[in-house]
Amino acid sequence: MGGAGSRMAGLIAALAVLAILVLLSIAVGAKPIAPATVLDALLHYDRTLNDHLIVRSLRLPRTEVALLVGAALGLGGAVMQGVARNPLADPGILGVNAGAALMVVIGIYVFGIASLYGYVWFAFAGAAGASVAVYAIGSLGREGATPIKLSLAGAAITVFLGSITTAILLLDVATLDQYRFWAVGSLAGRDAQIATSMAPFILVGVLIALACGPALNALALGDDMARGLGQRVGLARAGSAVGVVILCGAATAAAGPIGFVGLVVPHVARLLTGPDYRWILPYSMVLAPILLLAADIVGRVIIRPAEMQVGIVTAAIGAPFFVWLVRRRNLAEL
Amino acid sequence: MTTTTADSTGQRGLAATTEARAIVAASRNHGRSRAIAITTALAVATFAVVCISVSIGDFPIALRDVVPSIFGFGASDTTFIVQEIRLPRIVCGLLVGFAFGMSGTVFQSLVRNELASPDVIGITAGASTAAVVAIVLFGSSSISLSFAALLGGLGTAGAIYLFAYKRGVSGYRLILVGIGIAAGLSSVTSYLITRAEITDVQRATIWLTGSLNGRTWDQVATLAVVIAVLLPTLLLLARGLRALQLGDDAAKGIGVRVEGVRAAIIIAAVGLAAFGTAVAGPVAFVAFVSGPIARRLVASGDIALLPSALVGAVLLLSADLVARAGLGSIELPVGVLTGILGAPYLLWLLARTNRMGTGD
Repeated sequence: MGGAGSRMAGLIAALAVLAILVLLSIAVGAKPIAPATVLDALLHYDRTLNDHLIVRSLRLPRTEVALLVGAALGLGGAVMQGVARNPLADPGILGVNAGAALMVVIGIYVFGIASLYGYVWFAFAGAAGASVAVYAIGSLGREGATPIKLSLAGAAITVFLGSITTAILLLDVATLDQYRFWAVGSLAGRDAQIATSMAPFILVGVLIALACGPALNALALGDDMARGLGQRVGLARAGSAVGVVILCGAATAAAGPIGFVGLVVPHVARLLTGPDYRWILPYSMVLAPILLLAADIVGRVIIRPAEMQVGIVTAAIGAPFFVWLVRRRNLAEL
Repeated sequence: MTTTTADSTGQRGLAATTEARAIVAASRNHGRSRAIAITTALAVATFAVVCISVSIGDFPIALRDVVPSIFGFGASDTTFIVQEIRLPRIVCGLLVGFAFGMSGTVFQSLVRNELASPDVIGITAGASTAAVVAIVLFGSSSISLSFAALLGGLGTAGAIYLFAYKRGVSGYRLILVGIGIAAGLSSVTSYLITRAEITDVQRATIWLTGSLNGRTWDQVATLAVVIAVLLPTLLLLARGLRALQLGDDAAKGIGVRVEGVRAAIIIAAVGLAAFGTAVAGPVAFVAFVSGPIARRLVASGDIALLPSALVGAVLLLSADLVARAGLGSIELPVGVLTGILGAPYLLWLLARTNRMGTGD
């Protein structure tokens, strides 16, 4: 893609697509509702009408959660790859998903939690705790948190927590039976309460992450070069990591672990914009909810009246597209 | 006058070069002897873990009786237990650990990324999806399950290679295509897991964790043949692998046929990973962690193929020992324990090498 003008045009086009998907997501569902009624429900809400109730209390919050989670995962993933300078790094590498999963399993197994809202705070606490541990161990030593130490520490802690999770699941079938539905990642049944409780975190995370763009550009040149350019490397990395944890912790708490989005969307953004993080970050933040909403809509209609979880559909439709894109474009390496 | 100065500078230069050569040679020899020492120590450790594993179980066997009974010279009941029950599982663990350790470190060197391993870049994802399909849709077990996993692993590796091929295979494109295909496949796995009967889900979870329970001599034999062929192949290809680590252009410059060597290395490493997975499932972490641990032990910056393979074997065998006999009445699949034992060791190693200022 050419200069800033065409990148801006691309971003605006992506926003337009996102707007259309938001409308579709409100209009489409298990129960067919006429577009006029949908519009009516949005503009002149009447809580005595069943169709209005569906639109306002089910589809609207679900769409909000999809937007929040999508933006958070895309942005968090892009920042993470910049911090770790590794194409294999996803937010999971900071231990976010493993920590969330373990705490959810503990919530189910020890405290008998069974509601989606009950999982939220367990997941968020687990994600935050695990990533603090990863960062603490990864920054031991003189050099502080270098990308490779962070990545290895993250991978080790992820596996460690994952093993404990698996052990509990194998020892208790009832927990396994409940956990497997959380573990695929889904937007089904996410209500306004979940949206409003996670929104402040994600907004703060978005601000932090977007502010990191220039710093990530400097870090991409290597630590020494970044220092030479006057970048405070340790501070930039720690700040970015805080952004990632808030974003992805909240997203995982709201929708469960959706691995594909945070890993792949930043690569797509990089393929489209080139290596400048000031563009990669906003592109990731818009492309990710596009993928997530499209997948969620497809998941709602593909096996009607049942639903296919969004975590499954994102990868199923996203993976072939991604492989095609990787083959087609010249790669801008991290 | 001028000639004398030139001569003396020349001599001093010569002396300096000889001295520098001697230093390089000494450090190289030092590195080599350290590598040999570490490899020997790891081999001894492997043997020790094998013996301890043979001796521990519901029917304890004294350590001094272990070696005789392995070769059939012990009391008949001990020999039976050792040869028919304990040894197949232990040798299986040894070989699978060996295969995963080697395959993992080869992938990491090949794509020059410490986070790469067959688990991460899609090969085991293919084996896992095939196995879960076999369990959930066809109710397979043991042999047919192994076969499905093998086909899944090899087929996926072939697909990744083909999709990544575009006038040659760059390591970076291989990683990205691997990520994409792994994600697509694991979505199929998750879909099946949410739709299946809970008993099948449980069996699938055990398989996906990796287990050595009830492995037989037949499975050992297949894996042994595969390793006997692929291990020497990879050791022969090690020179080429070292050259590829310098980057494609540099490797071409020193006369390496880049694409051919890379394809051969990939085939060998995929073979090890796929056959290992077919026997034991995608045991977590072994392929990933063996290379980093071995490279830090050897500390020469070299790729350390044999040490990585031995680290894999020690890790898998100790984990299986704990899984089998260390938790009282609870018996867990080995894949749970490889992570719990391996991760703290990697973290400790990271912290220690950091203190010495050689973190990377």
